[in-house]
Amino acid sequence: MNLPAELRYARTHEWVRIEDGVAIVGITDFAQDQLSDVTYVELPSVGDQLAVGEECAVVESVKAASDIYAPVSGGVIEINESLNDQPELINQDPYGSGWMFKLEPENLEDMQALMTAAQYEKVAPEAD
Amino acid sequence: MKTPLYNEHILLNARMAPFGGWNMPIQYEGILAEHRQTRTGCSLFDICHMGEFLLTGKNAEGDLERMLTQRISTLAVGQCRYGYLLNEEGCVLDDLTCYRLGEDRYYLVVNAATTGRDSAWIREHISPDTVFEDVSAATAKLDVQGPSSRAVLERVTGCTLPELKYFHAAYGELLGTECLVSRTGYTGEWGYELYFPATEAVRFWKALLADEGIRPAGLGARDTLRLEMAYPLYGHELFEDRSPLGVSRGMFVDFTKIFIGRDALLREKEAGSRKVLVGLRLETKSAARADDVVRLVDASVGYVTSGSLAPSLGVAVALAYVDAEVSAPMQELTIDARGRRLAAEVVELPFYREGTARKAR
Repeated sequence: MNLPAELRYARTHEWVRIEDGVAIVGITDFAQDQLSDVTYVELPSVGDQLAVGEECAVVESVKAASDIYAPVSGGVIEINESLNDQPELINQDPYGSGWMFKLEPENLEDMQALMTAAQYEKVAPEAD
Repeated sequence: MKTPLYNEHILLNARMAPFGGWNMPIQYEGILAEHRQTRTGCSLFDICHMGEFLLTGKNAEGDLERMLTQRISTLAVGQCRYGYLLNEEGCVLDDLTCYRLGEDRYYLVVNAATTGRDSAWIREHISPDTVFEDVSAATAKLDVQGPSSRAVLERVTGCTLPELKYFHAAYGELLGTECLVSRTGYTGEWGYELYFPATEAVRFWKALLADEGIRPAGLGARDTLRLEMAYPLYGHELFEDRSPLGVSRGMFVDFTKIFIGRDALLREKEAGSRKVLVGLRLETKSAARADDVVRLVDASVGYVTSGSLAPSLGVAVALAYVDAEVSAPMQELTIDARGRRLAAEVVELPFYREGTARKAR
């Protein structure tokens, strides 16, 4: 399982990276592999205020649609517009060009509730 | 249940899932890649889960004429027709293909999930001297589908395949084994369905995949391919509590003969089908899914039976069962999909019109 150690992970398969105080969010390599070909991504809007655990995006594959939940609280400051035309970036580069949106975190302590790579690796196969 | 090729699928790292009581490969490399390779090259599908029945005897023709909606007596030896097996209420027990293999010898190819029920129904409804054999377990079925199917199959077998018209079949020796080679399929592309002894399944699978021009494809791509062609899938478009008239608008039903369910269908025909199957083209790649409600403004007018991205079209499509009043092409409707309203328009079927199934090869 490809799980960069510097990221934090949610049980619902999102990852978060803090860069200059901004939280970047995407879905894990494990999740993209389970979904297989991503065909459509619905992102939140810039300015949306998200609470931890709130449904805020949808990733569709040929077979199904999966909800994405906000792993930390905060306001959306940027979305990855490239995913509109190239949803496959999520499959090809889930931790890089397949990022989904950026949040200004309200409370960096939200990060403490997320899992390390080692913790996520143990629970990922059983998580929803 | 597992097909004789189960271990081959595991070796290829296929993603497996239950389908019609069988543990089947959904995808190998990925649904989109397998879809594309079937439209442009050649794919190999394990379809061993489907059922096959042999009916023989001088009354077999009359028995089938009475049980099936398509005309049987005019089938030439080596020809097949698609149609329905109905109950007395005119509801679809199964959709199936009937081959005439000899003067008094017929072959039925039926859905996996309905094989047992079909077998029981047919045994109950045949003449005492018609011999019925369920040969499903002993029969392997491999589908070779895609525009280069003929070239690939001839290269692998070293044989020249017979000139078969669409919906015709012939026996031939391939790889040293007698096969029924049928120019049919469920993808809309030129291709063959091969029927041969199950004991040879692994050998055929390996021999075919040793060729660079063919790759395995799973039921995921089979589903997007058939959806683009608007071919119905039993359990989605067809059910045992649904008549075929709204689904195929009278196609595959020959009212000029007597068959079980005919009276019920005639009554329905007289009254007019209330709901009919239509094709819906959506505006984006965001797909509607089975059971999503279809609306005209706010009123519910039907529901989606199958939906997904149509990979060849680059937009989502759906088959839906809607009120006849809103079934004409260009009718604008909306679909409730996970709390959102997706805009959709009724379009002519099939969705995909570039298929090679009927073109010369």
